[in-house]
Amino acid sequence: MTITPSIKKEYLVNLAENGKRSDGRKFDEFRKISIETGVISKAEGSARVKIGNTQVISGIKMDIGEPYPDSPESGVMTTAAELIPLASPDFEAGPPREDAIELARVVDRGIRESELIEVDKLCIEPGEKVWMVFIDIHILDFDGNLFDAASLASLAALLTTNVPAERFDLGENYPLPLKEPPISCTSVKYNGVVVMDPSLDEEEIAEARLTVATDINGHLRAMQKGLNGSFSVDEIKKVIKASIDNGRKIQEQLYKSVGK
Amino acid sequence: MNDTEIKLFENGKRIDGRKPDELRKIKIEAGVLHRAEGSCYLEWGGNKVIAAVYGPREAIPRHTQNPLRAIVNARYNMAAFSVDDRKRPGPDRRSREISKVISEALENVILLERFPRASIDVNIEVLDAEAGTRCAGLTAAGVALVDAGIPMKDIPVACAAGKIENQVVLDLGKDEDNYGNADLPIAISPRTGEVLLLQMDGHLTLEEFDQALDLAIKGCHIVSDIQKKAITDKYQSVQGGTTQ
Repeated sequence: MTITPSIKKEYLVNLAENGKRSDGRKFDEFRKISIETGVISKAEGSARVKIGNTQVISGIKMDIGEPYPDSPESGVMTTAAELIPLASPDFEAGPPREDAIELARVVDRGIRESELIEVDKLCIEPGEKVWMVFIDIHILDFDGNLFDAASLASLAALLTTNVPAERFDLGENYPLPLKEPPISCTSVKYNGVVVMDPSLDEEEIAEARLTVATDINGHLRAMQKGLNGSFSVDEIKKVIKASIDNGRKIQEQLYKSVGK
Repeated sequence: MNDTEIKLFENGKRIDGRKPDELRKIKIEAGVLHRAEGSCYLEWGGNKVIAAVYGPREAIPRHTQNPLRAIVNARYNMAAFSVDDRKRPGPDRRSREISKVISEALENVILLERFPRASIDVNIEVLDAEAGTRCAGLTAAGVALVDAGIPMKDIPVACAAGKIENQVVLDLGKDEDNYGNADLPIAISPRTGEVLLLQMDGHLTLEEFDQALDLAIKGCHIVSDIQKKAITDKYQSVQGGTTQ
């Protein structure tokens, strides 16, 4: 830990002992979320999501390519995240490093494992031609909780994606076939307290992190624990409950912002 | 370069309805990011660009340090989703070249001697691209540098002129760039009129070049006023107590 976080740690820990957070939120409360779609005209779908000061843009591009040999009738999706140096004094230019790869993979898994994109409907000619969906995540401003911001931006972008069939002479454009989107909520733990949607200051002193993705029925769809600290079973159950509650609210906001 | 298929110029109007000496619509907003020391969001026609400034801070790696002055690291980067066919993420030869010429243009106006061994990092992200991204990027960088409080002799500004169907016009749009005859992006220091960046491709006679340069400089001055307005707008709104 560098110097500044260790000074801030004392402050945040003192606040937490009195049941408070530095920005006045409750422990299980998200920062203000804003979702804006259709922000990139060149992309097939796009969204800008702000969670507090954290700001992320996700853009969807589609192309035609060859399917994988083991799934000749399924479309292909890939996710890439860039922690561009624009977003934080600590991000460096160059090929994606560990944290960018983890971010992209966690978002990718959330979308892939929930079968959000109906890849079997993206086949054009079995074994020859399928639609490829590229999800590119750009972090613009980094103030903590990139997992939730990046996945929410990607969901909003996918929900507004039109398959560019006209560009390839394959008939009219149509909306990307999707199922229900899972919402991811991240919590971190420091000095015995667990807080939802960590700000950067909180993230920097965190001992353990837990991301929970829930669907519209309040069922669990994906989880990922990170960092070297630990959670008790009780804490995990509490985090899941708070994630379901927050997930519902975010889901409503997401549907409203994409006009569904 | 194929000027037979598309009619770029008709009845004195260009393909997007502009007059020969008319700019696309420009919108500039200063101070849009929380983490950066200074930032700027800029829309120029269909271009959407965001610039952020970090520093002056210690230049890393250390061998890049100059004991007498600061260095400027501009990094021009296109988002994968900013163009029709997805661009592979990361720098390519084109973006490296643009980064270099923009860095050099910015070094000209920044008072580098004040910050020995430091680097001033200017990140330019092209989110949506539609011809003229380097001019849009440099213009945004100028505003972001002011927003970051970097001491400068002037606010650098860029604009392009070009030639379509043998007519010199200001600020090429997408089709004009693809099917036109020449493109001349420049950056100037508007106070002194010094040229900080100049590139040209295509075909221009000497006379046309004079005309194009003249037009591009005029364009720069118009854009410069929009830059200054964006900056004063930000600080006026702070004074009025409308932002936190």
